[in-house]
Amino acid sequence: MTSIILLSVFGIINLFLGFLRSNKVLLPGAMLLLLIVFGVNLADWGQGTQSFYNSMLVVDNYTVAFTGIVVLTTIVLLPFSRSYVAAGEPNLAEYYSLLLFSLVGAVMMIGYNHLIMLFVGIEILSVSMYVLAGSSKRDARSNEAALKYFLMGAFATGILLFGVALLYGATGTFVLSELSTAVAAPANASLQPMLYIGILMMIIGIGFKVSAAPFHFWTPDVYEGTPTFFTAFMSTVVKTAGFAAFLKLLAVALPAAQGFWLPTIQAMCALTLLLGNVGAAVQTSTKRMLAYSSVSHAGYLLIGLVASRGNLTGEAASGIFFYSLAYSLATIAAFGVLKLVADHRQRDDYAALNGLGKTNPLLAFSMTVAMLSLAGIPLTGGFFGKFFLLAAAVGQGYIGLVVFALVMSMVGLYYYLRPLIAMYLRPAEEGATPVPVDGVQTVTLALLALLSIALGIVPGFLSGIL
Amino acid sequence: MLTAVLLFLPLAAALLLLFIKGAAARALALGASLLEFGLAVYAVFAFKTTGSAAFNLNYAWISSAGINFHLGLDGLSLLLVLLTTFLVPLILLAAFKHNYDSPSTFYALVLFMQTGLIGVFVSLDAFLFYFFWEVALIPIYFLAGAWGGERRVAVTLKFFLYTVVGSLFMLAGFMYLYLQTGPAAGSLAAHSSELSAFYNLTLSASEQSWLFWLIFAAFAVKMPIFPFHTWQPDTYTESPAPATMLLSGIMLKMGIYGTMRWLLPVVPLGVSQWGFLVVILAVIGIIYGAIIAIRQQDLKRLIAYSSLSHVGLMAAGVFSLTSIGLQGAVVQMLAHGVNVVGMFFVADAIERRTGTRHIPDLGGLTRRTPLLTVCFLVMLLSTVALPLTGGFVGEFLLLAGVYQYNAWVGAVAGLTIIFSAVYLLRMFQRVMLGPDSAFSETITDLTGGELLILVPLIVLVFWLGLFPGTFLHISEPAVTNLLSLVGR
Repeated sequence: MTSIILLSVFGIINLFLGFLRSNKVLLPGAMLLLLIVFGVNLADWGQGTQSFYNSMLVVDNYTVAFTGIVVLTTIVLLPFSRSYVAAGEPNLAEYYSLLLFSLVGAVMMIGYNHLIMLFVGIEILSVSMYVLAGSSKRDARSNEAALKYFLMGAFATGILLFGVALLYGATGTFVLSELSTAVAAPANASLQPMLYIGILMMIIGIGFKVSAAPFHFWTPDVYEGTPTFFTAFMSTVVKTAGFAAFLKLLAVALPAAQGFWLPTIQAMCALTLLLGNVGAAVQTSTKRMLAYSSVSHAGYLLIGLVASRGNLTGEAASGIFFYSLAYSLATIAAFGVLKLVADHRQRDDYAALNGLGKTNPLLAFSMTVAMLSLAGIPLTGGFFGKFFLLAAAVGQGYIGLVVFALVMSMVGLYYYLRPLIAMYLRPAEEGATPVPVDGVQTVTLALLALLSIALGIVPGFLSGIL
Repeated sequence: MLTAVLLFLPLAAALLLLFIKGAAARALALGASLLEFGLAVYAVFAFKTTGSAAFNLNYAWISSAGINFHLGLDGLSLLLVLLTTFLVPLILLAAFKHNYDSPSTFYALVLFMQTGLIGVFVSLDAFLFYFFWEVALIPIYFLAGAWGGERRVAVTLKFFLYTVVGSLFMLAGFMYLYLQTGPAAGSLAAHSSELSAFYNLTLSASEQSWLFWLIFAAFAVKMPIFPFHTWQPDTYTESPAPATMLLSGIMLKMGIYGTMRWLLPVVPLGVSQWGFLVVILAVIGIIYGAIIAIRQQDLKRLIAYSSLSHVGLMAAGVFSLTSIGLQGAVVQMLAHGVNVVGMFFVADAIERRTGTRHIPDLGGLTRRTPLLTVCFLVMLLSTVALPLTGGFVGEFLLLAGVYQYNAWVGAVAGLTIIFSAVYLLRMFQRVMLGPDSAFSETITDLTGGELLILVPLIVLVFWLGLFPGTFLHISEPAVTNLLSLVGR
């Protein structure tokens, strides 16, 4: 709760910082503010369940954990906006404020206890993202991305809202705990179809936000067109918050409707894994590959939803937490490196990374750790993320799904290796100069790599916390 | 504690190497690897020969899941650790002969690889084992990829995909086994991934039947067993010489070791169901590798196929499930490690002098190179399994094991000795003897530094050949123990 207030206030403070002539204070300022939010958020850990706004919002360990991920992700993302500072971007303060505001939306999505709160959270997050997707005003692709994202996103939120309305119609409540009892013991059996259509529509709405197939089709184009800095935010914060919301919805409100949503989510999961991985394997642009890879990771996270079987605590929920964290760290590093390289070399295909191991060993190392983590190779957090999710799923008897996921992660190996091949096995172009990296970025990339490795070596301190 | 030091010393050295350049890097890498070897030798003397693991170290790693950081050394592990620590300094010395780009990184990767390899040999927890199994792959991928030959990109990609896909099957198998276990004593977690917990499982024959293939997939690719071998000749050929030595000398043993520790005693019924098929595949590999080796024109490729042929015999010996076969596999793992590293080093020495590995371009090299000729011949004859050499003891025991298992299969497998004599002596004749080539007059003999690498190898070849009891004695209780677990 404090984090929502702080984020909103800080967002406004940041807007006012924009009145200063110099962009220089903005980046350290925003990072400092976010660090405060991160610390304040952690202070709520283990404090039990606190309710706010007539129980529309709850703060418990679940909220703290996922809020921690989204705030941390944003902190480590910010240094990569340095090129905006250097270029004297006039709207930088607005960008940072929009990021802070969208975090408010993310926190609401994580902590909601009331469907309206969920909707408001998703809208706050999405509207910020629509703007940021089009922030590169003179770039046609950025405009296209914003328009696509907005049109489809608006439809998706519409469908979500329709779902909320139908759920309300069928049960007479927006509150998650009351929904759960109403779904378990329906007062009026003739309203059951309405309930199921409502659930389906909500799944579609959230599925769109987390880019789960078959509602992922917007992802590659939007991710590609959006300025890389914001793509990184989209593919981490939006997904983490989306999955936190998804899990909460299914686990708290709808455990009784498992018979309906479990098969649906399973089918989405298999489809997402297939389309995400196969899609990523055929890309030639690193950015589009990362876009499809983010689809495929939605697939692995969906396995967690399946394995949770309507439990907000336990192996599967902890697995989703761990996976989101490992995924976010690796994705920020990957997009961060890609942004630095693409800004310097003016291209974002695999060949852009050629010879990076020679010219920029640190960037290459950071990218390597990120790719290995995304591929789920041991020594990185990504391995244990996959491991916890798959182990939870095997424990629940979803052998077929797990085998399919393993086969798909074999496909994943292929495309995650391609950046590594480019960086280490292919020579740089004639006259390639090192990509300029400043001190904060260096520290951040090193930190990201170390965190990924730490998660891969001593996962015990963050596994099983939910 | 000793085990942990053995495990982490190379890693620490590797990390230090990232910050050190030049001659100091060489000294540090070599010093660390020699210290590591010293520790392993100390472990051999401190080791009490029993069937169970010594130098245990057991910490909760992921306590919520019952996964432990459990290390220990029994006789089998100890010998493989000894082999690894013995070969790594020599491999580093071999690497010093080349002027690689960013040499510090190269040595760091070799030492990092050593940590992975030792981790595989000392892990007593399934997921820890899997962890190190994959960790060992990362450095070798970069060693082979970044410093390899012209076709390295495609070749290392194939190698990486093959091995990781194989390993993922193993991971799936381990997960299934893990979920069948109960909680370990004193643990809050519902399951345990301890090796002993796996040994205590009672699984139905049909479960073991498919689990066998899941787990064996990883080992079969790593060894490699026919028909999972197609990555091997290319990778051995394209890798830089030190990486080839690591791959063939040590990494290959991960597959044999894994089979002995993590397959046979875990799914004994699956082994009895499929063992014969594997033995047949292994024997096919022996013959197939040998026949292809005969036709090779590339020195490195020929040795690669020869290695494929020899590993087939080791696999067959392991699956014979006889004490003599398993003991033979242990000795042969050591002997093959020594032989193949020696062979690749000699091939590398010739290539560095002449700039070619193409056999028809070579010939008549002996006149100016008496030392090289002798060393080459010793390594070669040990590979051919001539009596007095380590290769003889290993192959003899292996063949005896396979013969006990099935006389016909044993007879066919025995062809390996004839075949390897054919292709290796023919190679020797074409490279070292025969009509003079462009290099006959100009080639220089081995330098003192190169002898420093070959002499320890030769000493071990004869040690293994004359006093194999030194090593058999260490591994015997462990092998007996494994066999008693299989026979339960």
